[in-house]
Amino acid sequence: MNAITLAGLGGAALVGLGLYGLVTHPHLLRKIIAFNVMGGGVFLLFGAIARRGAVAGTGADPVPHALVITGIVVAFSATALAVALLLRVFRDTQSPFFPADPPRDPSDRSGAI
Amino acid sequence: MTLIALNPISVSASVLLPAILVLPVAGVLLGFVLGGRRTVLTALIVAPIGVALAAAIVFAVWRDNQALVYVIGGWSPPLGVALRADGFSAAMLATTAAVISATGWFALGSFGQAVGASETRVTFAFWTLLLAVWAALNGVFLGWDLFNLYVSLEMLTFAAVPLVCLDGRATTLIAALRYLLFALFGSALYLLGATLLYGAYGALDIGLLSSRIRPEPAAWIALAAMTAGLLAKTALFPLHLWLPPAHAGAPPPASAMLSALVVKASFFLIVRLWLNLAPAQMTAEIAPILGAMGAGAIIVGSALALRQARLKLLVAYSTVAQIGYLFMIFPLVAGGRAEANSAWVGGALQAVSHAFAKAAMFLSAGLIAQALGHDRIAEFRGLGRIAAPAVLAFGLGGVSLMGLPPSGGFVAKWLLLTAAIQSGQWAWAIIMVVGGLLAAGYVYRVIAPALTPAREMPHAASASVSSGAALALALALLAVLLGFAPPDLARLLLVGAPAAKMEAPR
Repeated sequence: MNAITLAGLGGAALVGLGLYGLVTHPHLLRKIIAFNVMGGGVFLLFGAIARRGAVAGTGADPVPHALVITGIVVAFSATALAVALLLRVFRDTQSPFFPADPPRDPSDRSGAI
Repeated sequence: MTLIALNPISVSASVLLPAILVLPVAGVLLGFVLGGRRTVLTALIVAPIGVALAAAIVFAVWRDNQALVYVIGGWSPPLGVALRADGFSAAMLATTAAVISATGWFALGSFGQAVGASETRVTFAFWTLLLAVWAALNGVFLGWDLFNLYVSLEMLTFAAVPLVCLDGRATTLIAALRYLLFALFGSALYLLGATLLYGAYGALDIGLLSSRIRPEPAAWIALAAMTAGLLAKTALFPLHLWLPPAHAGAPPPASAMLSALVVKASFFLIVRLWLNLAPAQMTAEIAPILGAMGAGAIIVGSALALRQARLKLLVAYSTVAQIGYLFMIFPLVAGGRAEANSAWVGGALQAVSHAFAKAAMFLSAGLIAQALGHDRIAEFRGLGRIAAPAVLAFGLGGVSLMGLPPSGGFVAKWLLLTAAIQSGQWAWAIIMVVGGLLAAGYVYRVIAPALTPAREMPHAASASVSSGAALALALALLAVLLGFAPPDLARLLLVGAPAAKMEAPR
């Protein structure tokens, strides 16, 4: 097993761990972190593919590198948006979890404009 | 590859593609430069230009009878990135331009900026996000490069999520966060799949990939991951949990955009993946699964819509159901040969007519809520008296959703139904008929009390809803008038259609 395969397997493992965390953790901050772990796995895969796709004379295929940079910017913006929303939710509800059920109280006026 | 071989006519017309992509982005940037007070004006100037560009693209595709292709910077793939508009893209671009303009116009009532009034953050946010959603949708419909499409898809998420929580109430913030987490899950899986495809075949251009891809484990895993991610974004049953609170909680113009257009973008990409990119035998294997999920969406979504107490939630669950019809095109296009074209036109027409009908229904739901001060269906008696145009628009939209003639929804569902019957796939036909009956049920649940005279008239909270009602009516009428569309519309939708490719492989 060489380094590229190892990196690829590591990326796959990170994607799996992140996916598991995103689905199972009820804490919203943990969900956001799990998404970042998943993204990290994808970026590691990009690295492995870049190295594997290297043509003679160059160290690595440049295309995946260009994609990873864009991908990191996108993942960063997504995380910032998610954290900002979570902070607002926490400020209003004092809870970092999704409520168990939407309110079914007949006096709920949330239908009102 | 014929994509890169351009004829002289389409070279000139294909400049329209980057133009329609740049225009809303320029509007967003200009909005930031000019400040909150002038974002309304910017959007109002950008909208008609966008409609004109979309109409020009439709005309060019229709006239040349071939897809428009623009190769950015003159660098052809795999080095560069191509934009491409086939018939379905052109139709979706035009639908997007029409719905965005109408909802923008409608939003002048709630998010307008009075002359001399101090600017508000909500106004600024709404109009820049409106243009950003438009830009991202154009990017998705024109993209022909998997990574480019990923960026467009993410831009769409970032523009659509804040639209859900514009009012800043805790319930809508939670709905927006739930939506964002589903969308991020989806985009991470999409990017994973794109990575694997690049690793296996060394290309991201859909045209190049489709000539290299083979039915083997790498392609299966990549496409499965991308599809799972896109299904979460498009809210296909059973991944629909985020949609009803998000679409019902957003302000009416935002709900209209989200339900009519935003969920279609990820559906559009699933069509690209399985009908443009994947080899035919892979599509044939996955199509029954996608069809079964669509059938589940039709039945469960309609049943849940029937049970809702609030009008906006009813309309949102009806979106869950109507998305199911879109997925009928996979088994029908992949299954039959002779019927593939009519199934394709039916699916594309369903996407377009649902966009108009659903936008009209969300706008009229907003008008009804404005007139009554609430949207509880149980208290709708006498509504037809105080908000007649809104009820009429809702009903006309409902006619298209039910698939009653002569509406766009009728033609779409008729084409899908005949394709299902002709190719002997009876199960899909039965599901579609049952879904139509259930849709009739939930539309009736709203219309019947609204047209029943009340003993005491409901208190009208607001009387000035006339211009908004006219827009909702116009959108509903468009959905109905699609039923009278000439056969040329079918010809347009078949330009570059995968069904045609499957029938006569060249």
